[in-house]
Amino acid sequence: MNVATLAPSTTATKRRAWLAGWSRAGKLGLAVLAFWVAVAIYACFVPDSALGEMSDAGVFQGMSAQNWLGTDYLGRDMLMRIIAGTPYTIGVAFIATLIACAVGAVLGLLAAVTGGVVDATLSRVLDTLISIPSKMFSLVIIAGFGSSVPLLIAVTAIVYMPGAYRIIRSLAVNINAMDYVLVARARGEGKAYIMRREILPNITGPLLADMGLRFVYALRLLASLSFLGLGVQPPMADWGSLVRENLGALPIGGASVLAPAFAIAVLTIAVNLVIDNLPGHTDADREKH
Amino acid sequence: MNLTILKLVANRIVAGLASLLAVSAVVFAITAVLPGDAAEEKLGQDATPAAVAALRKEMGLDRSAVLRYFDWLGGMARGDAGKSVVTGMSVGEAVNSRLPASLLLAAVTTAFSVPVALGLGILCALRRGSAFDRFTSMATVAVVSVPEFLVATLAVLVFAVELKWLPALSYATDISSPGQMLRSFALPVLSLGSVIVAQMLRMTRAAVIDQMAAAYIEMVRLKGASAARTVLFHALPNAIGPIANAVALSLSYLLGGVIIIEVIFNYPGIAKLMVDGVAQRDMPLVQACAMIFCAGYLILVMLADVCGIVANPRLRHQ
Repeated sequence: MNVATLAPSTTATKRRAWLAGWSRAGKLGLAVLAFWVAVAIYACFVPDSALGEMSDAGVFQGMSAQNWLGTDYLGRDMLMRIIAGTPYTIGVAFIATLIACAVGAVLGLLAAVTGGVVDATLSRVLDTLISIPSKMFSLVIIAGFGSSVPLLIAVTAIVYMPGAYRIIRSLAVNINAMDYVLVARARGEGKAYIMRREILPNITGPLLADMGLRFVYALRLLASLSFLGLGVQPPMADWGSLVRENLGALPIGGASVLAPAFAIAVLTIAVNLVIDNLPGHTDADREKH
Repeated sequence: MNLTILKLVANRIVAGLASLLAVSAVVFAITAVLPGDAAEEKLGQDATPAAVAALRKEMGLDRSAVLRYFDWLGGMARGDAGKSVVTGMSVGEAVNSRLPASLLLAAVTTAFSVPVALGLGILCALRRGSAFDRFTSMATVAVVSVPEFLVATLAVLVFAVELKWLPALSYATDISSPGQMLRSFALPVLSLGSVIVAQMLRMTRAAVIDQMAAAYIEMVRLKGASAARTVLFHALPNAIGPIANAVALSLSYLLGGVIIIEVIFNYPGIAKLMVDGVAQRDMPLVQACAMIFCAGYLILVMLADVCGIVANPRLRHQ
């Protein structure tokens, strides 16, 4: 925790202090993350035809002035393929994380504020979901329903929701025992008010850090599923699928397989660096599964 | 061993079995109940209602989902997981033929990664804050934050493509001599192991450092014991419990990692079998493999908890 967050601050000092406590690595991570988000937004506005265009350059070509990152297994420009894959990589993981954390937060707050049977039931049911390894769970769901982008979002959200619930619940239970919550109850405030106005503002820091962590897990899970050929289906491709498609270039050490692999590595490590600089970051729930 | 410990361990085992039962219900619901009517799907769009009804009766789908679940559960418990929808072969046989290969891979990886992780973890705790410690911490964070297949891809690139030391693919058929076996196992074990080592190392380091903060360690230091003696003879015996816990917990990551590693190295194990089953939507096969993986995972997590209970000195001397 840095001094700026302890001192009572006006809006102006807050704005200036926003990045003050960040390490150099954290700022670098934030810059990398911002870069990929910009690429993802850019890719959404480029016509599809430009993204998947076949060229006469031949397959698995090395880096050249014409194809900066070489060509893929069908002779498509690898740079364009990576740009086209960015929204699928970042977008799917982000939406899934958002859903997982939102649902987890609502249920966690509800369990903490209500207590009793609701709390016990929710905790039991979600603990069952936690005791299935995440990849195994996704494989079973994909076997049952087939793979599509909405399903991938749903799978990732379901897999990471129980973890978010657990964290939020344990944080909210502590706040729920505070005197000011008791005062609010005595005032006759409803459950929804206490959840939203009394507890939520006090756990936003850890909530954000947890969300960042879950975003990394989601990226990893989705990339792994795509790598197994069970994630984003052709002709669409995220970075995991790009590695799988171009695995044939591995024996010649081609850029087409290395580039998407490094893109994933850079993104996940960057997000990790950002999380380490978020206020309220804890290592408690790290590396579950 | 005393009664308190036995009771706690027994409680933990009962809770584990209850979890497994709940997990089996979830797996059955997702694969056999929620996706809709398997008979209709099998016959396609042109099926007459009579044909669908006949097939449903033959497949036993006319009974309630709860009855089918208990039937299926009984079959699983007896080791009869039904017939593969795709090949028509017994699922039990398919699993039996693949399971030893996966267990062998897991065993070799464990034998390799546990000593390495413990050694490095203790060394890091010993030289906390040194360049070696910081480098190792950075490397482990990098390894655990990228997907497993990246580690495997890099390992292939470095050892098989650039250095040409090892074959890029692993076939369990060419394990005729120990040398051959070592060569074909090296890359899968290395890739899978590095992920496990990274996890285990972090936890071991944390466990030892946690002990180093205790008051008795300060006493040992004041006595004038060397750093190595402090760690090896005083901190380590007390950190055994948390470390055993960390080892069992880290090994449960094997189950996730092995799926990727078996696919990328084309290793004929049970995870590869399951991924193929998922791609072909072969439900009985997926159900059987999923239950094996979940059971393995729950056993390891349970083992981790039991290690924690048994190693707790407060419980030992009651």
